[in-house]
Amino acid sequence: MANKVITLNTKNRRLMIHETVTSYLFLAPFLLFFVMFVLYPMFMCVYTSFFDATMGREDVFIGFANYKTLFNDPVFWTALKNTMVIVIVSVPITCIFSLWVATVISKMPVVATSAFRCIFYLPVVTGSVAVTVVWKWMFNNYYGIFNYLGQNMGLIDKNINWLGDEKYALGCIILILLTTSVGQPIVLYVSALDNVDKSLVEAAEVDGATEMQAFWKIKWPQMMPTTLYILVITTINSFQCFALIQLLTSGGPNNSTMTIMYYIYYNAFKLYKYGYGNAMGVILAIIIAILSAVQFKAGQEK
Amino acid sequence: MTNNRLDQIQIRDRIYRYASAVLVVLVAIAFAFPLYWIITGSFKTGADINAAAPVWFPSEFTQINYEKLLSRRSAPLFDFTIPALKITAFGYTVKLGTVLKITGPTVPGAIRWLVNTVFMSVASMLITCITAAMAGYVLAKKRFWGRTVLFSLIVCAMALPKQVILIPLLREMNSLHLYDTIWAVIFPIVGWPFGVFLLKQFSEGIPTEMVEACRIDGASEWRTFTDVMFPMIKPGVGALAIFTFINSWNDYFMQLIMLTSNKNLTISLGIATMQGESSTDYGLLMAGAALASIPIIIVFLIFQKYFTKGITMGAVKG
Repeated sequence: MANKVITLNTKNRRLMIHETVTSYLFLAPFLLFFVMFVLYPMFMCVYTSFFDATMGREDVFIGFANYKTLFNDPVFWTALKNTMVIVIVSVPITCIFSLWVATVISKMPVVATSAFRCIFYLPVVTGSVAVTVVWKWMFNNYYGIFNYLGQNMGLIDKNINWLGDEKYALGCIILILLTTSVGQPIVLYVSALDNVDKSLVEAAEVDGATEMQAFWKIKWPQMMPTTLYILVITTINSFQCFALIQLLTSGGPNNSTMTIMYYIYYNAFKLYKYGYGNAMGVILAIIIAILSAVQFKAGQEK
Repeated sequence: MTNNRLDQIQIRDRIYRYASAVLVVLVAIAFAFPLYWIITGSFKTGADINAAAPVWFPSEFTQINYEKLLSRRSAPLFDFTIPALKITAFGYTVKLGTVLKITGPTVPGAIRWLVNTVFMSVASMLITCITAAMAGYVLAKKRFWGRTVLFSLIVCAMALPKQVILIPLLREMNSLHLYDTIWAVIFPIVGWPFGVFLLKQFSEGIPTEMVEACRIDGASEWRTFTDVMFPMIKPGVGALAIFTFINSWNDYFMQLIMLTSNKNLTISLGIATMQGESSTDYGLLMAGAALASIPIIIVFLIFQKYFTKGITMGAVKG
C-alpha cells in the first residue's frame, strides 16, 4: 500500500517535471523577449535611479540623492500638477462621454453602430504624429480654423495664439487627448451593453420602467467591470500623454504644459540625466500603481 | 390618467433618443474632421492653405505638396548587411563568411520610411503572434512550476507605464549594438506581455478534452499545439495580429528614442522631423500626415471586426 503511494507520487513528480520542461520550452521564445526587454529594463529603472548616470562614463552610486533633488525641483512639481490636471479632467470626461455615445449608438441598426464606432476610433488609428500635425494647423495663430470660427461666432475678438498662451495651452492639449482616447472606451461600452442580460431589461420594461430607470438600475451595475477597466486604462493613457506635448509645445510656454512623461524625456534624452529620469519614472510608476489599486478597490466594493 | 403619464414618458424618451442621435452625428463629424482636413489639405495650394478664411474644399487640386514631400532627404530603398562572423577563442581567430552588403536604388526618404514602417509592423506582428500563441497556450492549459509567479509578473508588467522603461532600454540597446536599428523598436514590442495575456484568455475557452484526446492519440506536444490548438485559437491570433500591427505602426515614443539616422526613420518619425524643420508649410505636412495615416486606416477598416474583438477580449479580466 505504502509502496503504491510512493510510486504514484514519483510518477506524479515525473509528470510534473515533464510538464514543466515542455511548458518552459514553449514559453522560451516569449520569455527571452519579456525578460530582456521588459523585466530587465524595469529592474534597471529602479536600480539606476540610485546612481548618477549619464552618457560616456561609469555610473556613480549616490543613494537617494536623485529623489532628494526631485522633491526640491520646482519643475517636477509643476509637471506633477499638470499631469494631475490632465488626468482629473480627461478621465471623467472620457468615461462619461464614451458611455453616452455607446448608449446612443448601440440602439441604432448594426451598420450604423459599427460605422460610428469606426469614426470615433479613427483619431487613434490615424496615429499621434498625423493627428498632432493637423491640430497644430487648426490651432494656428493666423490661419487656424479655431480662430476663424471663434471670431465669426463672436466668441473671441482677436486671434489667440492657442498653443503659445499659458492660459490655453494645457486646455488645447487636453482637448486633443480627449479625441484620441474615447475610441477604445466606446468599443468596450458598446460590447458591454450588448452583453447585458436582455431578459432582465425586458422584464423591467414590462413592469413599466422608463429607459433611464432600466439603464441605471439594470444595465449600469452589470457594466461595472467594464467601467473599472476603462477607468484604469484611461488613467494610464492620460499619464502617458507624450507625443502631443513633444510635438506641439515641448512643455512650454513657461512649463505650462510640462508633464512628468515629457520631463522624463527632457531630462534623459536632452540633458542625458539618466539616473534622474529613472527616479522620476519610479515615482510615476508608484503613483499609477496606487491609483490603479484605489480604483480597483473602489470598484470591487461596489 | 396613468396612461396619459406613460405616454408622456414615452414621448420624452423618444425626444431624448432623437436629440441625442443628432448630437452624436454632430460630434462624429467633428471627430472625422481632422482626417478630412489632412486629406484635403494635402491637395491644397499654398494660397488655399494660408487663406485667412479656411477653404473648406480645395479650390484646385494640386500635387505640389506630394512632389515636395518626395523630393526631400533621399535614402536607399533598402539596405541589407550580413556581417562577417568572427570568433576569437583561446588565441585563435576564426573568420566565417564575408561581408555582404546590398544597397537598393536611391529613393525619396518618405518611401524608405514607409518601407521601414511596414517592415517593422509586419515583423512585430509575426513574432508577437507566434511567441504569444505558444506562451498563451501553456499558461492556459498546463500546470507547471512557477506558473502563478510568471502570470502575476505578466499582469504587473502590463499595468506599468511602458515609457518608464525607455531609458534603461536605450542603454541596453546601445550595448547590444541594436541602437538605431529597426530591431530596437521591434523587440520591446514583442516582449510586451499583452499578447500573451490575450491569447491565454482565449486558449482557456478551448475545451481541455480536445487537447487531451490528441495527447492520448500519441501526438507530440508540438503537434498538439500546431494541429489542434493553433487552428482553434486562430480568431484570437487574428485579433492580436491586427492589434499589434496598428499599435506598432503608431508607437511613436519608442521610435523617437531608438531611431536617429535618416534611412532608419519610420514614417511618423520622418513627418515629426519634417515638422521640426519646416513647421509652417502645412501643405507639405498634410501630405506627410496623409502618407503616414492612410495606409494604416485602410488596414484598420479592412480588419475592423477583428480589431474590435481584440480590444474587447483584452478587457475580460481573468
